[in-house]
Amino acid sequence: MRTFSSTSTSLPVPSPMSRRLFLTATGALSLGAALTACGGGDSGGSSAATKPVSQADIDKAMKTPTELTFWTWVPNIDKEVALFEKKYPAIKIKVVNAGQGTPQYTKLRTALKAGSGAPDMVQIEYQAIPTFTITNSLLDLRPYGASALKGQFVDWTWGQVSGSDGEVWAIPQDTGPMGMLYRQDIFDKHGIDVPKTWDEFAAAARKLHKADPDVYLTNLAANQVAAWHGLLWQAGAKPYVTSGKSDISISVDDAVSRKLGEFWGGLAKEGVIGVEPDFTDAWYAALNKGKYATWITAAWGPVFLSGSAKATAGKWRAAPLPQWDTAKPSSGNWGGSTTAVIRSTKNPIAAAQFAQFLNSDPASAKMFATEQFFFPATKSLLTDADFVGDAPTFYGGQKVNQVFADISSTVNASFQWPPFLDQAATDWTETVGKSLADKTDTVRALGTWQTRLTTYAKNQGFTVKGS
Amino acid sequence: MTTATTTARARGRRRSAGPLFVAPFMVLFLLLFLAPLGYAGYLSLFQERLIGGTAFVGFDNYVQALGDSQFLHGVGRVALFFVIQVPLMLLLALLFALALDSGLLRLARVIRLGIFVPYAVPSVVATLMWGYLYGPDFGPFAQLSRKLSLPVPDFLSDSWMLGSLANIVTWEFVGYNMIILYAALRTIPHELYEAASMDGAGAWRTAWSIKLPALRPAILLTLLFSVIGSFQLFNEPSLLMKIAPDVISSSYTANLYAYSLAFTGQQVNYAATVSFLLGLVIVIASYAVLLTANRRRTP
Repeated sequence: MRTFSSTSTSLPVPSPMSRRLFLTATGALSLGAALTACGGGDSGGSSAATKPVSQADIDKAMKTPTELTFWTWVPNIDKEVALFEKKYPAIKIKVVNAGQGTPQYTKLRTALKAGSGAPDMVQIEYQAIPTFTITNSLLDLRPYGASALKGQFVDWTWGQVSGSDGEVWAIPQDTGPMGMLYRQDIFDKHGIDVPKTWDEFAAAARKLHKADPDVYLTNLAANQVAAWHGLLWQAGAKPYVTSGKSDISISVDDAVSRKLGEFWGGLAKEGVIGVEPDFTDAWYAALNKGKYATWITAAWGPVFLSGSAKATAGKWRAAPLPQWDTAKPSSGNWGGSTTAVIRSTKNPIAAAQFAQFLNSDPASAKMFATEQFFFPATKSLLTDADFVGDAPTFYGGQKVNQVFADISSTVNASFQWPPFLDQAATDWTETVGKSLADKTDTVRALGTWQTRLTTYAKNQGFTVKGS
Repeated sequence: MTTATTTARARGRRRSAGPLFVAPFMVLFLLLFLAPLGYAGYLSLFQERLIGGTAFVGFDNYVQALGDSQFLHGVGRVALFFVIQVPLMLLLALLFALALDSGLLRLARVIRLGIFVPYAVPSVVATLMWGYLYGPDFGPFAQLSRKLSLPVPDFLSDSWMLGSLANIVTWEFVGYNMIILYAALRTIPHELYEAASMDGAGAWRTAWSIKLPALRPAILLTLLFSVIGSFQLFNEPSLLMKIAPDVISSSYTANLYAYSLAFTGQQVNYAATVSFLLGLVIVIASYAVLLTANRRRTP
């Protein structure tokens, strides 16, 4: 049927993959030669060697005409890049949009395997960093002065970019501490108070749906593993703990996870919350038409929502997430990204300087907040009067940034990601996510998720601890 | 003597002309088909792990795949899809082709174009469009049934999904198959029709006894294309996955499974194994189709 369409041919193997791999196999050979030829050009050969690069070397590199390639999906990032190029006229940055998130990572992985075509710097989300450090693809930025920046960034963001031996794998750019956006008008209409605890939240969900069967308190998207990870994070879970290179403990089925599974699985089963996939046409329509009274989201949510649910302007407000323990308010993170340097770069000094400048230079960092509406990762911006004082009319003049700035200080700093996040995400969708959508036993699904991940990790050669 | 050498030389030239003519094809065939195939076969004999690197494992991957329920279910699902969707689509294509060829339809050109146009729509666009139409909240079918107080059809649910996919694929490819059959019908010599009408055959009789037998090779061709297309089902489920993630898993079809193994699980070697086995399944299925068709021809 599809014989003449471009997406598949009569080849019995998915041809784009195998063809690319074939071509890259030959490329890999020449890479091997190239690596031996210019061996020693890369000063960060092993992660143990962290001898700092001297200021003289840095000055020299920054004055040498160089072209660097930067893969990023951030719109209009040219403006921030221009600030860098103005300060270092010898360095030219070529900005390439290779897709957002997963599509870019797929291309990056292919280029890394091929040994050619990889950029010097990349946009990379916090959760994807371990996926690329396990393959030794990122450059430790410590020798290039990155450690000195630690104090400028919110503690938990620095924890997210740090390796187990203290490496600095990337520089934080923006963040997504989780909070709750809610419809003030719907809450008022049904006499619902903003829930402070998850118990209150569950009660409100039942009350609201009973009062109006067309409305649900929230939607927990059955395809959104990032939200689940964020909620796990808030609850204090440590689902993935890596130690050394090959040891990992996986506990996505521990007491904390089960508490979460019982809570959300229960609400889904009762039918008092929605479980439809998010960021689809139907989901946008639902937000515009008031099907959901809250959106459990992150700090990038407010700006996003004001662009996607214009019909509801002025009706939304922001609040922290409901808590498990009000005495110790906490939150998790969902989204945000960093700038990392690819280890194979021929110009590690200039590339590392770029990654640092882009996110720590006061003018550049502030521009991300004002131009791209990114939620900042630096302490100074989170206390910046202009930034936290912003009072958008979409939220009835509420100082939304202040709400999320306060939340950011409650995010736990020791949450870790697995070195095989894509697999964890797919397995979650097919077990836990599916149980939410199908209204089956979510706690049991957690067990299946645990088993699938453990099997995968063992097959990949990890030593797996935990249940 | 001279004549003998010239003919010998001419024969020699003729002998070397053949390989020269097929050379461009053979080069491309070797580079773009056999080499990747060989490379995939080679890959499938290894296992690369995140920890520990690459090791030769012989046929271990194949043993694993043959016992892998995700792979087997994927193949089973596309086989079911093939058995249900393809006869339906080809029957529709055949009916349209016969109707157009009968010359009895008004606006035949417009109808022909209308049936063919969906094929010109990229399958990605077609799937996105159908995905919206299927929507349980704001899709037109759902809204209509709500207006009429009928139960809302859940096109994206587990039990309907294969049918919904079959509908998309049928919509996309019925016109394409119709054109092949229609073109074959146009090649039937007119004398046959004249002879038939002289013998007193009506329109139905002509269709049954002349057109259908003449169409046999063309039908076989469309059937073979359909075997390959069905077993490689990828675009449509991969796109609908976004709006029905709980129904379409990463191993919904065998091709989808190979893709997610390679790009989600980073198990390139195992993905190559699965692809290779899928290729084998397609070869066997195509051969079975050919064999049954030929057996019927020579009783």
